Amino acid sequence: MRHRMSQISAFWNARSRVQQWGLLVPVVVFLLWLPVLNPPLITTEPATDFPIALFNAAVLALIAIGLNVVIGQAGLLDLGYVGFFAIGAYTTALLSSPDSLLGVRYPWLVIVPIAMLVTMISGVILGTPTLRLRGDYLAIVTLGFGEIVRLLADNIDPLRGNRGFQNIARPEATYPDGSPVFSQTDVLGFYWLAVCLIVIVLMLMGNLERSRVGRAWIAVREDEDVAELTGVPTYRFKIWAFAIGAAVGGLSGALFAAQVGYVNNQRFDVATSILYLAAVVLGGSGNKVGVIVGAFLVSYIPDRFQFEPQYRFLVFGLALMVLMAFRPQGLLGMRQHLLTYGRQAYRRLFGAGAAVAPTGMTASTRAAGDLPEVKPDDHAGTSPRGGGE
Amino acid sequence: MPAGGGRPTPPQERVISPVLGLAVLDPAVLDPAVLAPLVAPSEPWINFDVGLLVDRFWANTINGLAYGSIYALVALGYTLVYGVLQLINFAHSEIFILGVFGVYLTFLALGFEPGAIPDLPLGFIIVDLILAGLVAMVVSGLAAVLLERTAYRPLRRRRAPRLAFLITAIGASFVLQQLIRIWRGSNPEGTIRLLPPTPVFEIFGAPVTNLQILIFVASLAMFVVADTFVNRTRLGRGIRAVAQDPDTATLMGVNRERVITITFLVGGLLAGVAGLFYLMTIPQGAVYNGGFLLGIKAFTAAVLGGIGNLRGALLGGLILGVAENYGQSLFGGDWRDVVAFVLLVVVLMFRPTGILGESLARSRA
Repeated sequence: MRHRMSQISAFWNARSRVQQWGLLVPVVVFLLWLPVLNPPLITTEPATDFPIALFNAAVLALIAIGLNVVIGQAGLLDLGYVGFFAIGAYTTALLSSPDSLLGVRYPWLVIVPIAMLVTMISGVILGTPTLRLRGDYLAIVTLGFGEIVRLLADNIDPLRGNRGFQNIARPEATYPDGSPVFSQTDVLGFYWLAVCLIVIVLMLMGNLERSRVGRAWIAVREDEDVAELTGVPTYRFKIWAFAIGAAVGGLSGALFAAQVGYVNNQRFDVATSILYLAAVVLGGSGNKVGVIVGAFLVSYIPDRFQFEPQYRFLVFGLALMVLMAFRPQGLLGMRQHLLTYGRQAYRRLFGAGAAVAPTGMTASTRAAGDLPEVKPDDHAGTSPRGGGE
Repeated sequence: MPAGGGRPTPPQERVISPVLGLAVLDPAVLDPAVLAPLVAPSEPWINFDVGLLVDRFWANTINGLAYGSIYALVALGYTLVYGVLQLINFAHSEIFILGVFGVYLTFLALGFEPGAIPDLPLGFIIVDLILAGLVAMVVSGLAAVLLERTAYRPLRRRRAPRLAFLITAIGASFVLQQLIRIWRGSNPEGTIRLLPPTPVFEIFGAPVTNLQILIFVASLAMFVVADTFVNRTRLGRGIRAVAQDPDTATLMGVNRERVITITFLVGGLLAGVAGLFYLMTIPQGAVYNGGFLLGIKAFTAAVLGGIGNLRGALLGGLILGVAENYGQSLFGGDWRDVVAFVLLVVVLMFRPTGILGESLARSRA
């Protein structure tokens, strides 16, 4: 099994980026087609509408991608990520619901960038004072932040607490026959939108990871002191990680609010935050594909096998414990392409067989120094552009 | 706590947080004549009522000291474990709530019915309370040791990174919480009040109840016992040695694993006592997720005083209990928890080592 996996991974890594994209196109098309196919055994019906189950999984995947920036890339344990999701959802509600005191009704597409900007700013506001803390302390402060956001939604009257906001704007588009693509009753359009957003965000994140920013994050994650000493402005990059992670959280909040059309204070508790954490850790923090798989499992399994909600938390709590004991790197381990032309460089350095750094290595083995690429290299001049060309 | 994953449910009956229950009962807070409108002209959602704060200063202080001593007892558990293992034992709140359930089930086993106030001589009630407290200590202590054995020890064997410990702790917290939920349901248990609070005397016009005196004095006594244990006994010296330098302590013949087990045991025992006092203060508090909020606040208390420092935990607990009450008078009942969380964030921002500074090793007599 492990051997087969490594074969697949070797094959995959030997492809060029264009070839990889080409191979991914049918996968994405298949995913888009999945709710229409509604295949037996895989479907969650009749308990849960299959497109809704897939949409929820997609939103969780988007959240997990955002949270992965904070936890997986920069190594900052954020237990209050649901706060950003909430801020995104509430921004959407405030700017479009007739219940809102603002009295505006912007279209969804206008709201999305505003929601992302607002969450990004809130990420910076949270990060500026707290990111001087490390490890466990940071985790607890972010948890406090998440609770504060929820309590504010409870307490501040214009946010309407439990009554919530109705009739939130959704994206406007029609099929050729005139029926709306995005409606309360038909989730298919929302699912397609979510998948497209995931693809776009993944592309942007991939570029970010291979850039100077991504390398700085990894340096911070592996050893903050060393990173600081080697000239990485760690504080600034940690804030960036928070802001970018928050923006993705806001995007998913806006998407979710649009689909449900209703936001109140009942979904943004710490338990939900822990579920997000479970998705990231389960799939393998630091691995974009991994966290998507993790999010899919966390969202899909309870829908498919119709767990009661309490069993959902029980099972994923257990999963977190078992994973930490036996496979702390998650189902798919962490892996990174630190350099844009990294694979060519590896081939030059280690021969044709070694296409890329081995996958599934833990941070400690990498830190042991047997691989050259872990140096927190932050000098633009030494970026190996042309290294393999 | 609503179930995650589902869609937002339309407005429904809301379970009032057991901690807030205390706040909501106070009629003075809810009296609209007392509240000064600040933002919205109709009903204010936040106040800035200095008058009420001054009026209720002594009542708040007394109440806060009694409630804060419960925080302090739970905070001692956080602080001991943190001192020895540098681990935020996230599941400690569930250890505590297990103690609360231990008390509650003992009450049931002793034949008390929810809702009725027992008509027994004081001596019997005291014996019953002590019995319930002992059961709670056994339950919490055992649970803490079991947690250590099953969740944390395997990780130590594998020399897992610190984040793995924290995530395991979170997972364990969820597992315990949901197990209680599956076992006892998600509604709070009925209220059993063995010792109704009756005012004994007044300080500056604020009544002091027998319950408050009992809790405050007993908590202080427990603290003194714990402090003496850590600072004066052989085992306590072992705990301090491991906290200071695990490797050297091992070389000097301290059994590290045993010290860790004892640390968890002591934390669990204290949490059990706290469970008894909590249920006496808030009889409707036996609910599966009731430990979460109190756990976070107790952790805040531990950080406030200086985590890893026993006296800091006591100080932090009392300060937090009092500050929450002041905040509640100042801003309104709904803002009680916000005050606690903001305090947590502010303390960590400006003085992460707390008021008395961290380090169990250096907190000697």
